[in-house]
Amino acid sequence: MSAPTDRRYLQTHEWHKLQGDIVTIGITQFAADELTDITFIDLPKVGAKIQANQRFGEIESVKATSDLYSGVSGTVTQVNDALQNEPGLINRDPYESGWMIKIQITNPAELNNLLSVEDYLKKVGH
Amino acid sequence: MLKRTPFYDFHVSAGAKLVDFAGWEMPLLYRGIVPEHEQTRNSASIFDVSHMGRLYFSGKEAPTFLNRALTRNVADQKVGQCRYSLVCNEAGGVMDDVIISRDTKNWILVCNASNRPKILAHFNQLRRGWNMDFDLADQTEATGMVAIQGPKAIAKLASILPVDLANLKRYQFESTSFMLVKLTVFRSGYTGEDGVEIILPGKMASMAMKLLAGKLDRPDATIQPAGLGARDTLRLEAGMPLYGHELTEQTDPLSAGLAFAVDLTKDFVGAEALRSIAQSGPKRKLVGLELEGRRIARQEMMVLLDNQPVGQITSGTFGPTIQKSIAMAYVDAPHAAEGTALKVDLKGSQVDARIVKLPFYKRPSK
Repeated sequence: MSAPTDRRYLQTHEWHKLQGDIVTIGITQFAADELTDITFIDLPKVGAKIQANQRFGEIESVKATSDLYSGVSGTVTQVNDALQNEPGLINRDPYESGWMIKIQITNPAELNNLLSVEDYLKKVGH
Repeated sequence: MLKRTPFYDFHVSAGAKLVDFAGWEMPLLYRGIVPEHEQTRNSASIFDVSHMGRLYFSGKEAPTFLNRALTRNVADQKVGQCRYSLVCNEAGGVMDDVIISRDTKNWILVCNASNRPKILAHFNQLRRGWNMDFDLADQTEATGMVAIQGPKAIAKLASILPVDLANLKRYQFESTSFMLVKLTVFRSGYTGEDGVEIILPGKMASMAMKLLAGKLDRPDATIQPAGLGARDTLRLEAGMPLYGHELTEQTDPLSAGLAFAVDLTKDFVGAEALRSIAQSGPKRKLVGLELEGRRIARQEMMVLLDNQPVGQITSGTFGPTIQKSIAMAYVDAPHAAEGTALKVDLKGSQVDARIVKLPFYKRPSK
C-alpha cells in the first residue's frame, strides 16, 4: 500500500494537505477500502469552527458508520458539495476529487503533531 | 488461527478482501459490495457459505429427536424436502435458525457458523437427557458449500448440473453423483433471488468452482463471486432475519414473525413458553422501517415515538436495489402497525421513519 507523500495523517485515517494557510482534509484509500461503498457523508458548513482532534463529521457505508476527525484547528472555508450526490468519489479518488473540507488554520504548529506518510503506513500495518 | 474453507485459495486468487467471520477467514467482498449486490439481482453470483454448520443425523430415533429439538414439525416431512426451523431454549429464546432437510438415509441440518459449537453441545445434552439413540456427525469441515443466486442462476446451472432443476421446487433438494462427486443441491437461498445451495466434498471445491463460475477474468460472466457484504445487503432487502441481529436468545420466533416455523400443537423445547407468548400476543414485533434520506440506522439505535423509546434497530443498510435507507427493528406491539410514523435516533439527530411491509424487495415474477 502507498499514500501521497505531500501530506500528513491522523491515525484515524484522515489526510491533511497544506497550501498556504489552507489545509484540505480527506480520508485515505485504506480507510475508504475498509468502509467499502460509501453511501452518505455529513460535513460541517462553511464558516464552522473546527477544533484539532475533534470530530467534524460522519461517514457511512453499507457496512459501517465512522466519525471524521481533523488534526488541525481553524475555520471551514470550503466544503466538497459534490460528495452529497456522489459519495462514491471517496472510494474511487480519495486523495483528489474525494476531498472533504478546506480549513483556514489558526495554529500551523498543530501540523507537527500529525503523522508522516511513513509513520501512518506503519500504524496501519503496511 | 482462523479456519479456512475449501475455497480459500480461490478467494485469494480472485483478490477477495478477507475478514474474520465467526472464526472463519471469509471474503467480505471481491470488487465491491454494491456491484456484487447488483450482479446478484441482475444476473447471478456464487457465494462461499462453507462456514455454515452441516450436521448429519441418522439412526432410528433421529426424526423423534429432531421433532422435539426443533420448533417445526418434521414428522410429515418427505424425503427431498427442506424446512426452515428454529432451535429454542426452554424460555422460547432463539438459539439458532436452521434448515432441516430429509434425505433417504439421514437428515441434514444447516446452522449458523457462529452457533455451531453451542448447538452441538445443546443437541448432545438433549440426547443424553432424553436417552436417545442416533448418530450426529459434524461434516462442516469435511465438506464445502456454495450458494448460487440470481435470476440467471437456474438457466445457467441447468446445463452444468446433473439435476433436473426445472422440476426442483423451492425448498426441495436432491442428492446426486456427478463425475464420482457426491453433490446435494438445494433450491433455496438467502438473497431474495431464485437459486441453489450446494454441499460438496471439500476436496472437490476448486474443480467445482471452475465449473460453476467459469473464467473469473471475464467481467461479463453470468455467474460471478460475491462476498458476505453483499449477502447481508441482499438478505436485508429481502427482509430475512440474521442471527445475532433479528434473532437472539433474548428474542422469540413469534415476535420475530416466524410463527410459520413453529408448531405449537407438538411437544418441543420451548413449546410451553411459546404457547404462553402466543396466548397473550408478542409484546413487541419485528418490523421493516424505511428512513428518510440516505443515513443508515445501525443495530441498537433507538426507535422513538413522541421522544419516547418504543423500539430498537436490529439491522440497517442503504438498499442498493431499492435505493432507500432501510432497517429492521423490534417495536412495541401497540406501535408496530404498517404505516406508523416513527423516528430513529441516529446518534442524537432524529430521522423520520415509517413502518413498511416486509420484504423491502421482492423479485419480479416471471
